[in-house]
Amino acid sequence: MNSSAFFAGLRAIVGESWLLADAESVAPYECDALFHLQQRPLAVVLPADEQQVAAVVALCAAEGVPIVPRGAGTSLSGGATPVAAGIVMALNRLRRIRIDAGARQALAQPGVRNIVVTQQAADDALFFAPDPSSQMASTIGGNVAENAGGVHCVKYGLTVHNLVGLRLVTGDGQILALGEGSLDQPGLDLLALLCGSEGLLGLVTDTRLRLLPKPRAVRVLLGFFPAIEAACDAVSRIIAEGITPAGLEIMDQASLQAAHRFSPALGLRIEAAGALLCELDGEPEEIEEATRRIHALFQALAVLEVRQADDEAQRTQLWAARKNVLPALLRSASDLYVADCTVPRRALSRVLARVMALSEEHGIAVAQSFHAGDGNLHPVLFYDSAVAGEEERALRLADAILQAVLAEGGTVSGEHGIGSEKLHGMCWQFSADELDLFARLRQVFDPYGLFNPGKAIPTLHRCAEFGAMQIGRDAMPFADLPRF
Amino acid sequence: MRVEFDQWMKASSAAPDAQRIIESCMHCGICTSVCPTYDLLDHELDSPRGRIYLIRDMLQGAPVSVRTRDHLDRCLTCRACESACPSGVEYGQLIDIGREEIERRVPRSLAERIKRTLLRHALQSRRLLHMTLHAAWALRGLMPTALRQRIPAPPVALAAQSATQPSRRHARQVLTLHGCVQGTVAPGYDQALARILDHFGVTLVTAKGTGCCGAISQHLGAPDEAKQAMRRNIDAWWPLLEAGTEAIVLTSSGCGSMVEDYAHLLKDDPRYAAKAKRISALLRDPVELVGSLWSVTNLPLAPLPPGQEQLVFHPPCSLQHGMRLKGRVELLLQRAGYQLAPVADGHLCCGSAGTYSLLQPVLAAQLGQRKLEKLMAGKPQAIASANVGCIMHLQKESPVPVRHWLEILAERLPAREQP
Repeated sequence: MNSSAFFAGLRAIVGESWLLADAESVAPYECDALFHLQQRPLAVVLPADEQQVAAVVALCAAEGVPIVPRGAGTSLSGGATPVAAGIVMALNRLRRIRIDAGARQALAQPGVRNIVVTQQAADDALFFAPDPSSQMASTIGGNVAENAGGVHCVKYGLTVHNLVGLRLVTGDGQILALGEGSLDQPGLDLLALLCGSEGLLGLVTDTRLRLLPKPRAVRVLLGFFPAIEAACDAVSRIIAEGITPAGLEIMDQASLQAAHRFSPALGLRIEAAGALLCELDGEPEEIEEATRRIHALFQALAVLEVRQADDEAQRTQLWAARKNVLPALLRSASDLYVADCTVPRRALSRVLARVMALSEEHGIAVAQSFHAGDGNLHPVLFYDSAVAGEEERALRLADAILQAVLAEGGTVSGEHGIGSEKLHGMCWQFSADELDLFARLRQVFDPYGLFNPGKAIPTLHRCAEFGAMQIGRDAMPFADLPRF
Repeated sequence: MRVEFDQWMKASSAAPDAQRIIESCMHCGICTSVCPTYDLLDHELDSPRGRIYLIRDMLQGAPVSVRTRDHLDRCLTCRACESACPSGVEYGQLIDIGREEIERRVPRSLAERIKRTLLRHALQSRRLLHMTLHAAWALRGLMPTALRQRIPAPPVALAAQSATQPSRRHARQVLTLHGCVQGTVAPGYDQALARILDHFGVTLVTAKGTGCCGAISQHLGAPDEAKQAMRRNIDAWWPLLEAGTEAIVLTSSGCGSMVEDYAHLLKDDPRYAAKAKRISALLRDPVELVGSLWSVTNLPLAPLPPGQEQLVFHPPCSLQHGMRLKGRVELLLQRAGYQLAPVADGHLCCGSAGTYSLLQPVLAAQLGQRKLEKLMAGKPQAIASANVGCIMHLQKESPVPVRHWLEILAERLPAREQP
């Protein structure tokens, strides 16, 4: 490939100021939020609209240049890490949004930030349910690619449950429109297939999102328990009671202590072994009824104290017990790694205990605060990369946790995605036949393997290697090898 | 993120700070969502995360050019990113380090250097500024509109103001700073604060020999000159503080935020470190002092005249992100009977940002326009703020008066208390 002719072609499509090709300017795009993985891209293009996206794809297809799509670069699994000799297509300039209040839908381009959808819909008393913790910054395109969830997905589902249509550019430059804005579609459900496809099937250029009416009332309950198992049991019992909370979050003692250090004014019960935060929303009567039943089942589990908040300021205070955990840990540890996996709810306490046992075995401290409602665990591993061998030990622990989770019927990724980071986990989770099916499906949408190559779907020979090899996040072995 | 400095940087006194700050960044990208320049320009390189990366690369020895310098120049130093950052990255300190380094590694043209030096001196010389502005105000009527809009509005005649100034002296005293720009274009802020404090039995005093707080030099890449300004102010304040003056209260939050940073900026100066620490600890924003006095003593405000109830408050970045005093002035204004319409994107900078509006006029004007749209959405009768730069910047295009909240309150006090 003649790179100056290629750059001239890109420049002709997007305009002078939207192509970055010098080393100094592309450097800040060499990683996403999984910053341990870095790859300097050939160039970065920032198209303005769907036509430009399609034209860039066509040019890259002709020249055989891989494309890594990027929204806000908030992926925690390397979803937006560039690939060698490939370009980054930053879609953050596509950020038009229109609320169709009558249809309770939003038309949002991929570069619209998640929180902006809810902000724009607020005047019509509507909201967009998926709310990943990156929602301030992460974009709708990335939310579709990662099938983003968030603290409220236990009641309102993931992005796949809140998406009713999209447009995308496929690997051969075609523009497809999927879904017509209604929940049920004839034919194969390609829309669902796109959710969580991590940018491998196409570049999303427009979405139609489902909006929900804001609940009339919201209440948060925070219960402190003498044993973490009691908090886990409470989760199963709440669900078994037929209550569907909007959020169910567990914090272990290490997390409570961290949140306490961050803001002692919250007066958290740090002698408790665990706490369960339960958000209820809907009609006031229904919330009252659920509160009564939850109090009863908390009492049966020897709850130490239950706090309750109805107005927004008080609710924010209770939520701080959960939301301050990560900021607190970030300030106290040299390095930390946030793991991500899911387990069936019934196995929660067994897996938590197993994680703590593994933590001791590896000599790496762990704090656990997580989305208990959908069994999405986020063990936070502390280590100091300046101490020889500690990072390797932490990564071995992360893998041991994944193995433990799989043994309980769980999954190797909850919401952070596979990206470059969890390829080996895919080999553990899926059979060769299943991986082969993924690869063939991908080929239908992206026949030249242009989009995000090497991510999300490992090749079978890679699996053979991963089976025996420890993957360090700093150094993916043979990172430049094409993997689809 | 990890960082491995080049030989030059390893030897720099800024190395430990730079390393700590870069390593505290998780590259999560939350900061991009609150950055005014990223919002305007859509480039990662014009976001805090992108700039941290550019600075990191530079300090690791990567070749840098005017590209990096341009992106660092475009930062407003509004520090909205610091308020949003989950890991507590002290971005404001890092951008100062980055700017000092880029000045060295990619020197500016002679013309550019002269312009910046002139700007620094002009803004810090009270006499020069006084002469220039008074000449400009005298000639305003003869100027074309475009030029007239670039000149700050003249303050209300001083004679009218001084008639209402407190004449008695209380045992309780707090210090203010007769800074550079504000003393000439907006002497009314200090006068308003003095009147309000007088009602609470506190006298606002000034020390002789003070000057600019140092922010102008600090943000124009002249940190040594800034340190001189700080030391001069400390020397001027010190005798009064020793004599029992209880706090330093500055009516422009930009200056207040700077004085709050004295402790950090002079920490390596063996002669001044301890004094700077005490000075920073004694710094209070007027909202803190007035708020606490007002919570125990009544303020005899005249009834709110009809047609003046609807206000919006524009929180300066130095107040909400620098000093972390978000939402406090609004509470006092509500207590004074005003109705404050909510303002969307309240965290975003208005574009004034110290000398930014002079050095980056295009971006500053765009941000100013966006800010006014959001402020005017609630159809206020006036806009209140707390920093001379923001007030002057918004005044240029605002359809309603833009005023310091202290002036708005002081106006409703009885003319003069009997001694």
